[in-house]
Amino acid sequence: MWWRSASFILDKQQNDTAQTIPDTLTLSSPPLSMADTLQNPNPNNISAYYQTRAAHHGVVTSDWLAQAQAAVGRHPDDVLPPEPEVKVAGKPFSVIHEFNNWRNQPDLAEAVAAIRALAAVIRNSEATTMMELEIELKKASDSLKSWDTTSISLTAGCDLFMRYVTRTSALEYEDFNSAKSRLIERAEKFGEISYKARRIIAMLSQDFIFDGCTILVHGFSRVVLEVLKTAAQNKKLFRVFCTEGRPDRTGLRLSNELAKLDVPVKLLIDSAVAYSMDEVDMVFVGADGVVESGGIINMMGTYQIALVAHSMDKPVYVAAESYKFARLYPLDQKDMAPALRPIDFGVPIPSKVEVETSARDYTPPQYLTLLFTDLGVLTPSVVSDELIQLYL
Amino acid sequence: MDPRRAPRTVSDPKVRQVGFFAPGAAIPDRSQSGPPDHISSLPPTIADLSPSGANSLSPVMIPPPRHASAPLSPLRRDTVPVGSYNASDFMPATSPTAATSSSDDVAWVGRGGRAGAASSSFPGGGFDMPAASSVPASGLTTVSVVNLPPGLSEKAGVAAELQNDRTTHSKPLKEKMTKAERRALQEAQRAAKAAAKAEGGKAPPASSGAVSSANAKSAKAAKPSSQKNDNVTVAASEKKGSDRPPEKDRKKDVPQPRMQYDDKSRVEKAKKRAVVKQTEARNRVELFRHLPQYEHGTQLPDLESKFFQLDPMHPAVYKVGLQYLSGDLCGGNARCIAMLLAFQEVIKDYSTPPEKTLVRDLTAKIGSYVSFLIECRPLSISMGNAIRFLKNRIAKLPLTFSESEAKATLHSDIDRFINEKIILADKVIVKHAVTKIRDGDVLLTYGSSSAVEMILLHAHELGKQFRVVVVDSRPKLEGKLLLRRLVGKGISCTYTHMNAVSYIMHEVTRVFLGASSVLSNGTVYSSVGTACVAMVAHAFHVPVLVCCEAYKFHERVQLDSICSNELGDPDAISKVGGRGEINFLDGCANSENLQLLNLIYDATPSDYVSMIITDYGMVPPTSVPVIVREYGREHLWI
Repeated sequence: MWWRSASFILDKQQNDTAQTIPDTLTLSSPPLSMADTLQNPNPNNISAYYQTRAAHHGVVTSDWLAQAQAAVGRHPDDVLPPEPEVKVAGKPFSVIHEFNNWRNQPDLAEAVAAIRALAAVIRNSEATTMMELEIELKKASDSLKSWDTTSISLTAGCDLFMRYVTRTSALEYEDFNSAKSRLIERAEKFGEISYKARRIIAMLSQDFIFDGCTILVHGFSRVVLEVLKTAAQNKKLFRVFCTEGRPDRTGLRLSNELAKLDVPVKLLIDSAVAYSMDEVDMVFVGADGVVESGGIINMMGTYQIALVAHSMDKPVYVAAESYKFARLYPLDQKDMAPALRPIDFGVPIPSKVEVETSARDYTPPQYLTLLFTDLGVLTPSVVSDELIQLYL
Repeated sequence: MDPRRAPRTVSDPKVRQVGFFAPGAAIPDRSQSGPPDHISSLPPTIADLSPSGANSLSPVMIPPPRHASAPLSPLRRDTVPVGSYNASDFMPATSPTAATSSSDDVAWVGRGGRAGAASSSFPGGGFDMPAASSVPASGLTTVSVVNLPPGLSEKAGVAAELQNDRTTHSKPLKEKMTKAERRALQEAQRAAKAAAKAEGGKAPPASSGAVSSANAKSAKAAKPSSQKNDNVTVAASEKKGSDRPPEKDRKKDVPQPRMQYDDKSRVEKAKKRAVVKQTEARNRVELFRHLPQYEHGTQLPDLESKFFQLDPMHPAVYKVGLQYLSGDLCGGNARCIAMLLAFQEVIKDYSTPPEKTLVRDLTAKIGSYVSFLIECRPLSISMGNAIRFLKNRIAKLPLTFSESEAKATLHSDIDRFINEKIILADKVIVKHAVTKIRDGDVLLTYGSSSAVEMILLHAHELGKQFRVVVVDSRPKLEGKLLLRRLVGKGISCTYTHMNAVSYIMHEVTRVFLGASSVLSNGTVYSSVGTACVAMVAHAFHVPVLVCCEAYKFHERVQLDSICSNELGDPDAISKVGGRGEINFLDGCANSENLQLLNLIYDATPSDYVSMIITDYGMVPPTSVPVIVREYGREHLWI
């Protein structure tokens, strides 16, 4: 799958990514905007994934979270002071630790962070046989996955890494060290591909953005931002409608970013989507996970936007890296592991009133038009083909 | 696919070359096929056994007029590359069409059959000149006129003699054929078929009678060498290994050819060869005439009485066949497993006859058993796939294997197929499906599917709290058995008939269905009523989960349930089981105006299916072709 990646689109266009990632795996000091580095922040089923996202993309960050929690009063977790060495005291290296270091870079997707952390596991491994190494890797990936079960891309990224790295002829090398270096090489390549994916997607999607179009985006997605940024750099003239993205107001952050790029932006409240849909030419959303049916799991509200767009015959485009392809097959909205997050209503809510705190919804494939991935532009039904080829 | 196709393209030029310089090859069969052509008494064998695919490729058609003066288009002339017909082509002056239309084929025969046949048929040709000019369009008719006066041409005499010879000593003659001769023969057959096919496509529907008769003729022309006991001949005339003739390839490539039962002539022929004597039902529904339908209950006593006379039939196969016939054995997996076990017995008791190879002879034997099973009840797609697997395994046996080794290998192969493709697959399906059952669910199932039953029982064992709605329908009422087993395990159930499905559907949260097969376009081919349940579920936005082992997938595409289906006993829907006295249609049963239709299967469009659960995981119906593509070959090799 990976060698079929559409990275040619990057080779054609020589504009390189501006940012470079520190290649050293020494512990660079993390920004530490999050306080939950080593503590599993999940006692009440509150999704770490969405908290990280909120922390990274929300206009208001952890202080807002603390406020919100105080308001709701039911989720008194994760404001604990960091005690970094509690868990890893006896161990010289912890994959979670490594992962968190990577994760705290706002620009790095969680799955890529996991992939890098796993690569570091191979590098730091003291295993002397291939089997040992594989078991160690498996253990690390399992602990990563169990660290946050609500994050689809984390799980999928770990699985894919295991597939990609261990499914190689390297295991037949006689010399363990050369096999190990081959694995590291592969792991780094995988990390590189995953990291580049966003650029590839941005290039691929340029053909679909035409001058004078109006694009509706929902929530904050780094891929979608990249797509729009590239379009703006290519001197395309377009207008963006941003939904507000309650409750963590990720839409506000996106509109800020776009305003910096001098793209005309209009903010909508989440409930104004249908009202403004007739002006919209296309809907662009990111995805937390792409599931086997070809549907996507994304931030709450995507489903209803897709429904509205479908009923008004507007195309819905999804930008998602292929490490988000997961072997999941939800049949309906409730058929997923719940990912909850606190919601701030501004006013105290009586305890008798129930609050729907689910953070994400599932959009069935029939409401999606195309998926932009680093494997190319796919129709939803191809996702399953790719997954079958990948996992079986 | 690929390894099979390659030799064909490679062998093509070779074959042509052979046909070029070894023309004598065509003489024996040409002279033999001449006379039967106009007598038109040669039975076209039924499609699945004849080595020529031309039969099977013919579309559904009106039974052809059987007399020789059928109107034929001039195009037809190169469809029959036999010597006798070419006689008219040697008279270019008289028939201009002939001169223009002389094809490769003609040239080849001209060179080949020059000495005896051509010269001897010249008088005949002269004879036919007036006919040719008066009816310019009928190449073939004139030929039959040519050959009719048998005293005129020495060739006809020779032909008759040869034919007699053939009937008595068909074997030695065949064995005398050289490699080159066989090649040439195959070439001729292929050309005939290709031409017939091309014309079948070209001909307007109005002339379908002509096409069919032409097809029949070309088939006849192509066939003569394998007229008698087809299987042995097919086996004998084929070369082994990589250099297999194209006929066989094509037969494998083309999905199992189906007999069209509204083609009267062919049905007649098939009947003559049939072991099971079935009486056909009288009033058949117009749209479904192409499917076989028999009076039920007529064959069983007949077959039972023949039990000790059928020495070619293995008792295990016979038993399974009878069980199919009586309906004791039903359900895709059960039928498939029973058949495979019977074949295992066959292989155990098999010993290669002298002067034959195991690979060829066993394949032929299995083929004949399969045709017996088809007579008892049409094959399900799962069985077809299993047979394909078995034949493939036989064909791929290393030549170095001794007989006992080969038998042991096949034995274990069958065991592996049953274990891996059916039993283990079911376990995996259950494992996947159980994850989709939540506490408080109401699950609906239709009929009785073994996979669904396992899922429900396993979910119950896991302690999930759910309720089951069993929907059933007449005449089989299979759901009752399922219901009894579920209730016996303590699962709370609701039992209802099909009529109430739209009422009950609103409280259902999941629909689990079994399938007889899943086709390439995602269509689910399953017992009749499934499509209805799926459609209602779709209308109520209830997810429909189809549970089907991957070995039942088929690359065919089917859009409706008409073109391929099975007809059950029509009496079953007019009578009440166990209550013979209740039959309100008693008087009408023989009325011309009453046609009873008891379909066995229907096709559910993929739109109504949310998910297909297979041993490769949970996939959307759009991914079926991927699995067929990626793993279809693996089914054959495991």
